[in-house]
Amino acid sequence: MKKIFTSVYLILILLFLYLPILTLMVFSFNESKSMFRWTGVSLKWYREMFRDSQMLSAIFNTFSIALVSAAVATVIGTLASIGILAMRKKTQNFIMGLNNIPLLNADIVTGISLMLTFIAFGFYLNWGTVLLAHITFSIPYVILSVMPKLKQVGPASYEAAQDLGASPAYAFWRVVIPEIRSGIVTGFLLSFTMSVDDFVVTHFTRGAGINTISTLIYSQVKVGIRPTLFALSTVIFVIVLIVLTIANVASDRGAEEDDFFYEVAQG
Amino acid sequence: MSKKYCAVPFLVWLAAGTVIPFAMILYYGLTDRTGAFTLNNILAIFQPIHGQALGLSLLLALISTVICLLLAFPLAMILKDSNLGRRGFIIFIFILPMWMNFLLRTMAWQVILEKGGIFNTVLAHLHLPALTIINTPAAVVLGMVYDFLPFMVLPIYNAMMKIDDSIVEAAYDLGAGKSTVLRRILLPMSIPGIASGITMVFVPSLTTFVISNILGGGKIYLIGNIIEQEFTTSANWNLGSGLSLVMMLFIIVSMAALNALDKNGEGNFI
Repeated sequence: MKKIFTSVYLILILLFLYLPILTLMVFSFNESKSMFRWTGVSLKWYREMFRDSQMLSAIFNTFSIALVSAAVATVIGTLASIGILAMRKKTQNFIMGLNNIPLLNADIVTGISLMLTFIAFGFYLNWGTVLLAHITFSIPYVILSVMPKLKQVGPASYEAAQDLGASPAYAFWRVVIPEIRSGIVTGFLLSFTMSVDDFVVTHFTRGAGINTISTLIYSQVKVGIRPTLFALSTVIFVIVLIVLTIANVASDRGAEEDDFFYEVAQG
Repeated sequence: MSKKYCAVPFLVWLAAGTVIPFAMILYYGLTDRTGAFTLNNILAIFQPIHGQALGLSLLLALISTVICLLLAFPLAMILKDSNLGRRGFIIFIFILPMWMNFLLRTMAWQVILEKGGIFNTVLAHLHLPALTIINTPAAVVLGMVYDFLPFMVLPIYNAMMKIDDSIVEAAYDLGAGKSTVLRRILLPMSIPGIASGITMVFVPSLTTFVISNILGGGKIYLIGNIIEQEFTTSANWNLGSGLSLVMMLFIIVSMAALNALDKNGEGNFI
């Protein structure tokens, strides 16, 4: 009896989670433009999507911004973790408090505050301002992934390497970096995901000229949904499914990516 | 060279990307268009239209947080007990939709709930009367629950997985019933997870303008919608900043309350 109840509950939640996505996927193959009539199976909306230059440039912007911002945030955040740990405890706490602000703050406040700053300092809102904004909200995630690893490792092996004649830079590159690699990778992946998924901060910092996938969807939803968006949903879902399945299978061997899943979800 | 200098780029970024922008909101929120000091932008929250929007935001965020909690807690318990395949895989299925673009997920509900959409077509086939959910607060709550449910499931599940099974077994051995175990062990020991789940659902629900825009058809005004409009269409940055400050106050208060709850929870256990 209890078993039936729990199974029914699990199935209901799964239906709730997946039915909306499946609906979009099914309608992406509908030949008709109308959502209310099924006129036959067709790949027309997929063809149209790949010819839509707005869509293609949005996809390009999304991934170029995500890649560059994650890379820059990872470098700055990793260096910052090293520097912060070398400071006095009080200073550390103060800086970590400031570092947590963007994590706890509402997206909309982060977005408008950055927009006000860009405009006040004479920046022209475009791809570059979105990139700067994404780096800003990504750095805290990198620090939160790298810092614990760095604490775990401790200074001993770094000092040992120097005693054995390594220069600080060499010791850092060959001893410290390999030991905190999993934290760095987690930080990079978190930043990348956060950037791809972001809408609100991009919405306020993008200006009129450029779109990412999220802002393009938003503007199209407001004027009327076209089935090309359904095709896009299907493509995104399939890619996410493949990437995460691979990551999930791989994480069976090490707990690193497992941490990543939870940390992303923890926000 | 001291290691401390490694943090210099970050500190510059922190100043430029967090401290100065926050100061900008503070400046705009406390001045008028001419730059003179005023509290009007803050006090504007007492105007009916803004006060109602804030009230509605708090109400809808509260409702969706409660619904998420009621759905997620039993789910986390079932997942904890389950031996459905590998532990990682089952939780993976429940958080996978989270990686789908947030706007597409919200849009899906618009497609489903639309007048003459799938939902009502199904109802018609079942000979049930049509329901108009789209463009009502109910649709907005539905969207919030759908978008943020995984954020509630994961922390509670993580907290529950940390509970040592032997504690639960010991309780049963000592004669506790199921409800006592739930009330005295599972619930108190998952409070840290519940607290972070509540924050992660409540804050984005309170501040959203996207869900209310897409599923409310521009008729539902949450505080997020008002602020967004002040910055985009009406271009009154001072008012928008003032209202953001008020909204931040509510976020800080709710987070402080949850932090206290978290600490109490752990204290009780010890």
